[in-house]
Amino acid sequence: MLSDSPVAVEQHGPELLHHFVDAEQQRDAATLGMWLFLATEIMFFGGMFCAYLIYRYWYYNEFAAGSRSLDIYLGTINTAVLICSSLTVALGVRAAQMGKRKLLVILLLLTIVFGFAFLGIKGVEWYDKYKEHHIPGPSFNVDDLVRDYPQIHIDPRHEQIYFSLYFAMTGLHALHMIIGVGLFVFLTYYAWKGRYTPKYYTPVEMGGLYWHFVDIVWIYLFPLLYLIDRHR
Amino acid sequence: MATAALTAERENYLNKEYGIRSWLLTTDHKRIALLYLASITFFFFIGGFFALLIRLELLTPAGDLVQADTYNKLFSMHGQVMIFFFLIPSIPAVLGNFLVPLMIGAKDLAFPRINLLSWYLYMIAGTIYLHCIVTGGVDTGWTFYTPFSTAFSNTKVIEAGIAIFIAGFSSILTGLNFVVTIHRMRAPGMTWSRLPLFIWAHYATSIIQLLGTPVLAITLLLVVFERAFNLGIFDPTRGGDPLLFQHLFWFYSHPAVYIMILPAMAVESEVVACFTRKRIFGYNFVAMSSIAIAVFGFLVWAHHMFVAGISLYSALVFSILSYLVAVPSAIKVFNWTATMYKGSISFTTPMLYAFGFIGLFTMGGLTGLFLACLGVDVHVHDTYFVIAHFHYIMVGGAVMGYLGGLHFWWPKISGRMYPEGWGRLAALLVFAGFNLTFFPQFLLGYMGMPRRYWQYPPEFQVLNVLSTAGSTILAIGYVLPMVYFLWSMRYGKIAEDNPWGAAGLEWKTSSPPPTFNFDEEPEVTWEAYNYEEIPAPAEVNVER
Repeated sequence: MLSDSPVAVEQHGPELLHHFVDAEQQRDAATLGMWLFLATEIMFFGGMFCAYLIYRYWYYNEFAAGSRSLDIYLGTINTAVLICSSLTVALGVRAAQMGKRKLLVILLLLTIVFGFAFLGIKGVEWYDKYKEHHIPGPSFNVDDLVRDYPQIHIDPRHEQIYFSLYFAMTGLHALHMIIGVGLFVFLTYYAWKGRYTPKYYTPVEMGGLYWHFVDIVWIYLFPLLYLIDRHR
Repeated sequence: MATAALTAERENYLNKEYGIRSWLLTTDHKRIALLYLASITFFFFIGGFFALLIRLELLTPAGDLVQADTYNKLFSMHGQVMIFFFLIPSIPAVLGNFLVPLMIGAKDLAFPRINLLSWYLYMIAGTIYLHCIVTGGVDTGWTFYTPFSTAFSNTKVIEAGIAIFIAGFSSILTGLNFVVTIHRMRAPGMTWSRLPLFIWAHYATSIIQLLGTPVLAITLLLVVFERAFNLGIFDPTRGGDPLLFQHLFWFYSHPAVYIMILPAMAVESEVVACFTRKRIFGYNFVAMSSIAIAVFGFLVWAHHMFVAGISLYSALVFSILSYLVAVPSAIKVFNWTATMYKGSISFTTPMLYAFGFIGLFTMGGLTGLFLACLGVDVHVHDTYFVIAHFHYIMVGGAVMGYLGGLHFWWPKISGRMYPEGWGRLAALLVFAGFNLTFFPQFLLGYMGMPRRYWQYPPEFQVLNVLSTAGSTILAIGYVLPMVYFLWSMRYGKIAEDNPWGAAGLEWKTSSPPPTFNFDEEPEVTWEAYNYEEIPAPAEVNVER
């Protein structure tokens, strides 16, 4: 009954879902939806940042010692890797807008490579922590930190709080990275198939928004976790 | 427009396709609403079953029906099932899903597939939770307080936590869909000031779902991590702070109360306006009070922690802010009452629920002020006074609103009328049974009977017996609608497009609506609740 209405036939291109009036409305809806989703993500990470704030205020010495035990070089490299990936994503969205299919695929692939690089380096860091017995639990041991920083008082129990937060925060960030890489695999596939045109590239843009968000979370995590009291 | 025979033949969302696939893979918001209706009804009866066992145990002072450990599991699972698997999705996911696009003149929600995804997430969460129930259950109370939940409880805390974590995402996606739909999908002419108040209240609800639920998600995830991977974020033996857990938990779980009550208020505004045949009194105030409740709702969470060791000054601030929530709530109650003043009231089933709602919600709200008061709260904290208070809001408010709304829109949803006489009987049973169940609990609590105990001193027995008796009546009142709704789907009188003579856009399409809601895209040229321009239905089969 509806399908033979002339308006529906004229305006509904293949990407335009049936319930939208036009492409602009569809794009606006997707954009607003994505930003709202990112707002929920901020609240999600916000709970952990709140816990971090309180415990860092209470257990500053332990947080400082824990922070200095992290590998600043790997952390810095990872930050650089993520910033580069954000660049490739931004350029990718631009390529999609201009309709450069090959360039888009290359940029998306580069983003995936950067994503894997980040996760790999993160894995190395976690493995180091495992070898040092810095993972909270029965085998947790920070005698090395107590030895290294004799001038400050370190309570091993409170040190566990730092490392609990470290693993919870970087772990959930890494989970978001994995989801992001998964999304980009899909985007690359469809970009390669030529689904995105200058008229319709909303998924690339939304994927980009998500990727930038995950990046920004790291931009906060890096100084909060790695750069406490480094000048000493 | 149509005779009964023509209506029956018209293609609509129910008879367009048949078969299990056409339901499980649907992206039609109306079908998804029905999927939700069936699933939350299932969980409602599971939660109700636990409630009946609790009331049976409390029939006698001794702990004789179940053991203490079982009793702990019963009230924990009653709370979790009812809150996370029934009340949170109830009105938004069923009536909201069905009505938000219809009321604003859209063909569907903005993201139909995400809408279906949210139902699947709900079902996955529900299945995990059912598995948790049958393999041992959980005994932490619905609140998961640490360190009991993280270090001492030997029940299925991880499973329950994961289930509720996933259910939370279902709720977030519903809220997200509503906000985007209300912003971007309104029909031409449907301005913000012409939106039905149902939409305003759902908008406010969705904001809470979006901003509150993620905090619960991370909190429960940290509890799960703490149990599973030995993290120590809330562990007092490692310097972690259980109070931090309580802050994070209530940051969601207090606003969650408004997720439950705002949609009931949404229904209330529609029903009261329709059955008094008047424009709602103070439209702008009612609309803005929904937003105000959502905003204030986020600033009062620590009133759950007055005796948990927070500082007196912060307690003072939270106490004052909690009083402030009463202002927008009272605005709504006064405006509904003012709408009825000199209105042409008909006592249909939805209106009976609406009357019940106003009375019980007022009761629940006013006793909330007792609890917001620091001194009184110390006296009645963790007693049955609190239980009675929040059941007046959640059952007396939210469930009455839900049932009222279900009756009001049943003709639109099913295309059939429910039996009015049975409907009114059930409404009266629910109201009477509810009061008999929960009013004695105010007295019990005030006399000092603590919550969560499976035995009590013999002098409390009379009131407990009354409460248990009431719960039986309440149960009958809940089973009745389920029976006659099912009956009416086959044998009910065929509903007209607008049997109540109601003003909303959803009544301007056929009953049940076609898959894309409107045969022609509607254009709105009238204000909301223009009842002076709509003739009352010639035959409403109830006396005025």
